[in-house]
Amino acid sequence: MTKLLDVENLWVKFPTRNGIFDAVRGVSFTLGQERLGIVGESGSGKSMTGRAILRLIRKPGIVTADKMELDGQDLLAMSEKEMRKVRGQRISMIMQDPKFSLNPVMRVGQQIAEAYMLHTNTSKAQAKQKALEMLDAVAIRDPERVYNMFPHEVSGGMGQRIMIAMMLIPDPEIMIADEPTSALDVSVQIQVLEIMDKLVRERGMGLIFISHDLNLVSSFCDRVLIMYAGRVVETLQADKLHDAKHPYTRGLLNSLPRIDNPVERLEVLERDPAWRDEASISGAI
Amino acid sequence: MNGITIENLNVWFGDYEDRVDAVKGASFSVPKGGSFGLVGESGSGKSTILRAIMGLFDTWSGKIEVLGETLTHKRDREFYRKVQMVFQDPYASLHPRQSVDQVLSETLSLHGFKDIDARISKLLEDVGLGPAFRFRYPHQLSGGQRQRVAIARALAPEPEILLLDEPTSALDVSVQAEILNLLSDLRAERKLTYLMVSHDLAVVGHLCHDIAVMQLGKIVEVLSIEDMRALQTREDYTRTLLQASMGYELRG
Ligand SMILES: Nc1ncnc2c1ncn2[C@@H]1O[C@H](COP(=O)(O)OP(=O)(O)OP(=O)(O)O)[C@@H](O)[C@H]1O
Ligand SMILES: Nc1ncnc2c1ncn2[C@@H]1O[C@H](COP(=O)(O)OP(=O)(O)OP(=O)(O)O)[C@@H](O)[C@H]1O
Ligand SMILES: [Mg+2]
Ligand SMILES: [Mg+2]
Repeated sequence: MTKLLDVENLWVKFPTRNGIFDAVRGVSFTLGQERLGIVGESGSGKSMTGRAILRLIRKPGIVTADKMELDGQDLLAMSEKEMRKVRGQRISMIMQDPKFSLNPVMRVGQQIAEAYMLHTNTSKAQAKQKALEMLDAVAIRDPERVYNMFPHEVSGGMGQRIMIAMMLIPDPEIMIADEPTSALDVSVQIQVLEIMDKLVRERGMGLIFISHDLNLVSSFCDRVLIMYAGRVVETLQADKLHDAKHPYTRGLLNSLPRIDNPVERLEVLERDPAWRDEASISGAI
Repeated sequence: MNGITIENLNVWFGDYEDRVDAVKGASFSVPKGGSFGLVGESGSGKSTILRAIMGLFDTWSGKIEVLGETLTHKRDREFYRKVQMVFQDPYASLHPRQSVDQVLSETLSLHGFKDIDARISKLLEDVGLGPAFRFRYPHQLSGGQRQRVAIARALAPEPEILLLDEPTSALDVSVQAEILNLLSDLRAERKLTYLMVSHDLAVVGHLCHDIAVMQLGKIVEVLSIEDMRALQTREDYTRTLLQASMGYELRG
């Protein structure tokens, strides 16, 4: 498989008043033309891994890696100008807080249209047409109306879909989707996933899919990395997620509420301090 | 007495050709100490109902009754002690320049609590955040950590009613289990009333007794959790939604 992304020994550190905090601690993986799921603890470094790839870690955060390559090109060596090009055209990231990532004082449709004009050389009218098509593609019911809305006027799930529409525009080689469908009802979720799936199958895009939804990751992704305390503690073929071995992953599977099997109290996970110190497992293939 | 009664609630935004009717004639009630779920299509008006109860805008008509009192368009401080909301968008609901400590101490002192320091420690512990997080700012927290700060803030004034908008959607399932257990315990101990929005029917099924299913601004059906599990529905939309969620849940 073509290696789109190759990450070796990635660290993200934040100086804090109690010393250096290591948010990501030596993560390694490769991404091919596939759907790579990342699940894990809240605060385990999933979003920071995604942001580090795009070099979007805010100061005073520090990123180091032995290797971080996009198609063989060293991302760490690129200038800020080159990185902007990578972000605009080659790697798209759907942020976990969609509304926060949109410009609050600009109509959402206009934001999509401008993203399109930046990328192609089209007229305003064509860009608007394209933006309306994108809104329709992500199952927005009334594209004309939503085009003219401001971010604070759209619902949680509409905000997520607007972000997705925007990130699809550059036809990226890699998409990093950080909990892209957490606010969507199932039928809309399926439609949105189909769009991403199609890009992977037909265009050979690589998708990093960060999610807390174990069943979804298991059925949608090809491989999964399980993160705990800044490290990868287990890697699995996605459809084998339910046969996971690591006690953290097992604990996750056991704490899921189930429609068909209601319980009084949900099982909670006993976290073993030894998990923090285990070596990070490589997610490279 | 009911915790919450909603009768023929209409909510709209904008005027003339820009007018959006976000909620159309919604009615349901939640007994005091009960737990009620709102589910349904994205954009169907679920958050809008919660925001109307919180008095975040004036453009509504119909009746909203909370703990026996019919609400007007004004809410006083006592209302916000009794009724708290966890917003769908924790980033937007936390002030970027306020640390976790400031957010919680401000809420606690506003409502006249004295032992603020001890309460903050307890609240953070309840939502599974250690003392190390106390002096962090929102941008120094992960998505799920921010959501837990928002939950801690809502619990701070010891409200009688909690409006929960996707309270666990940004949490990993083990933290979700802890928060859901905490919410169950609080309800048992303090007779809290919950109105919760979630697209995760397993979560709703765990915490709620009844649900309302929404589509296009309307409540299409109110049904019990037992009926939900058994797919005993009157309306086609409900059935489609339930089947899609369950089929998909069982696929894994
Ligand atoms: N500026 C910062 N200073 C200090 N610590 C930070 C900063 N930004 C993030 N962190 C910490 O880094 C860790 C990893 O954060 P990250 O956002 O990657 O978590 P995550 O795995 O995406 O979690 P979630 O599922 O809750 O979104 C968290 O514990 C967070 O508190
Ligand atoms: N301030 C506003 N101005 C105009 N329209 C608004 C405003 N707030 C909400 N709406 C509209 O009201 C409708 C219902 O929105 P609401 O946020 O209640 O949906 P929801 O059911 O919570 O959806 P989701 O599951 O996606 O969060 C949407 O069409 C939305 O665009
Ligand atoms: Mg995150
Ligand atoms: Mg909502």
